[in-house]
Amino acid sequence: MQNYSIFNLIKNAFTNHQNWDLAWKDPTPKKEYDVVIIGGGGHGLATAYYLAKEHNITNVAIIEKGWIGGGNVGRNTTIIRSNYMHDENALFSEFGMNLWRKMSQDLNYNVMFSPRGIINLAHSDAQMNAYARRGNSMRLNGIDAVLLNREQVKEIIPMADFSENVRFPIFGGLMQPSAGTARHDAVAWGYARQADSMGVDIIQNCEVTGFDLSAGKIKGIRTSRGDIKVKKVGLCVAGSTNILAEKLNMTLPIETHLLQACVSEPVKPVLDRVVTFGAGHFYISQSDKGEMVMGGDLDGYNSYAQRGNLPTLQHVLTEGIAMMPFLSKLKMLRTWGGIMDMSMDGSPIIDKTHIDGLYLNCGWCYGGFKATPASGWTFAHTIAQDRVHELNAGFSLNRFSTGHLIDEKGLGTKTWIS
Amino acid sequence: MLYIKCPHCGMRSQNEFSYGGDASVKRPELNQEISDQDWDNFVYNRKSLRGKHLELWQHISGCRQWIKVERDTGTHEIFNTYKADEASS
Repeated sequence: MQNYSIFNLIKNAFTNHQNWDLAWKDPTPKKEYDVVIIGGGGHGLATAYYLAKEHNITNVAIIEKGWIGGGNVGRNTTIIRSNYMHDENALFSEFGMNLWRKMSQDLNYNVMFSPRGIINLAHSDAQMNAYARRGNSMRLNGIDAVLLNREQVKEIIPMADFSENVRFPIFGGLMQPSAGTARHDAVAWGYARQADSMGVDIIQNCEVTGFDLSAGKIKGIRTSRGDIKVKKVGLCVAGSTNILAEKLNMTLPIETHLLQACVSEPVKPVLDRVVTFGAGHFYISQSDKGEMVMGGDLDGYNSYAQRGNLPTLQHVLTEGIAMMPFLSKLKMLRTWGGIMDMSMDGSPIIDKTHIDGLYLNCGWCYGGFKATPASGWTFAHTIAQDRVHELNAGFSLNRFSTGHLIDEKGLGTKTWIS
Repeated sequence: MLYIKCPHCGMRSQNEFSYGGDASVKRPELNQEISDQDWDNFVYNRKSLRGKHLELWQHISGCRQWIKVERDTGTHEIFNTYKADEASS
């Protein structure tokens, strides 16, 4: 594999950049693999990468129905953070933050990680107290957290509405300075390129149509490009988890929902942080191209449509304008939707299943993108060792029946509770 | 924008409704032994497939009645609506 470096850039300039290697190959599926990862999104690609890198398992295929990176890793708002209160989420996400910090070097691919900090705004005394508690929990787990008062917030984001007579005045906020954003497509492509270079087959336009089980053990998968014998299968298909689960006669604590995001026309640099509205569900950052990247609530009903409806978008942007009135002057450039695995407690599942050799990675709700490296790392461990790592031990499938929910916000699919 | 025909009030926009999830889920009968798995299935586990989906909505800014809606989760097309106690075909 060609290294991406200044020297290779100069070298290839002499041939008008016509001779770069392909970033990944387009192989025909083999008859047999040690591990098949279903789903060529961020998590699937990362899992394959860490299987090869950390566990030396390279007879691996990624089976993707469409094209890699075409699902939620290409549809998110690129926010990376670990500002969680519960240990399971906090330790897992902070482990991920450390992977994000060295990802560009690790993958030899510029993922444009920008640790610009995230501010969760507070709009009442009670919310300030709750943020103080969460911030303290974060610090106990070694995560940076700073409680900001109104004046400190005003210094950082003066464009927010600090007038006195607003419905949700800004009391202050909780900031995680090391949080940030990254170039989402580069994450998928970087993982794909490295996984491919270590021998992983990335098979696109290949739909999984069924599973071959025998005596409670996985034997193979059936695909639109032929049957494949396999020892272990990892499911990494956020949004379509229920469809594949049905083929396995499994019913999961997951509903598939629609989440929209949008960007404004590009404008000059105005916002150098990620900011979330505390009196609703709205988050915003500014991309390097200058677009304001915004998102918020689910559309609220089960959907596989990958496109949303305007009432939700209007609701979300109303919150945005309440927080930063200048947004009302901007034109909308683009809106899109993705389908989310909404787990019932709002936290993910990375676990073994009752089927020997079948592993499950799902339920990422709103926060799948930031979890990409940690999810891939722990899922690779779970598959390779056939046991969960302590980082994902809490994300078990049976926690719903045993009562060990991780109710970070206690939301899950039931958005109307908030 | 979805338009939902409330069986009590007629065609209204989705803004008047609140979603209540899968309508095919049955609460276990209480006059018998109920396993943890039964409760798990009732409280948490959902099929949530692509295609026709029978679901509960509440006409919260209208008559406030719960209704059943048969909707396609892939296309958002609404085929039929029923009163909450009405049998759906």
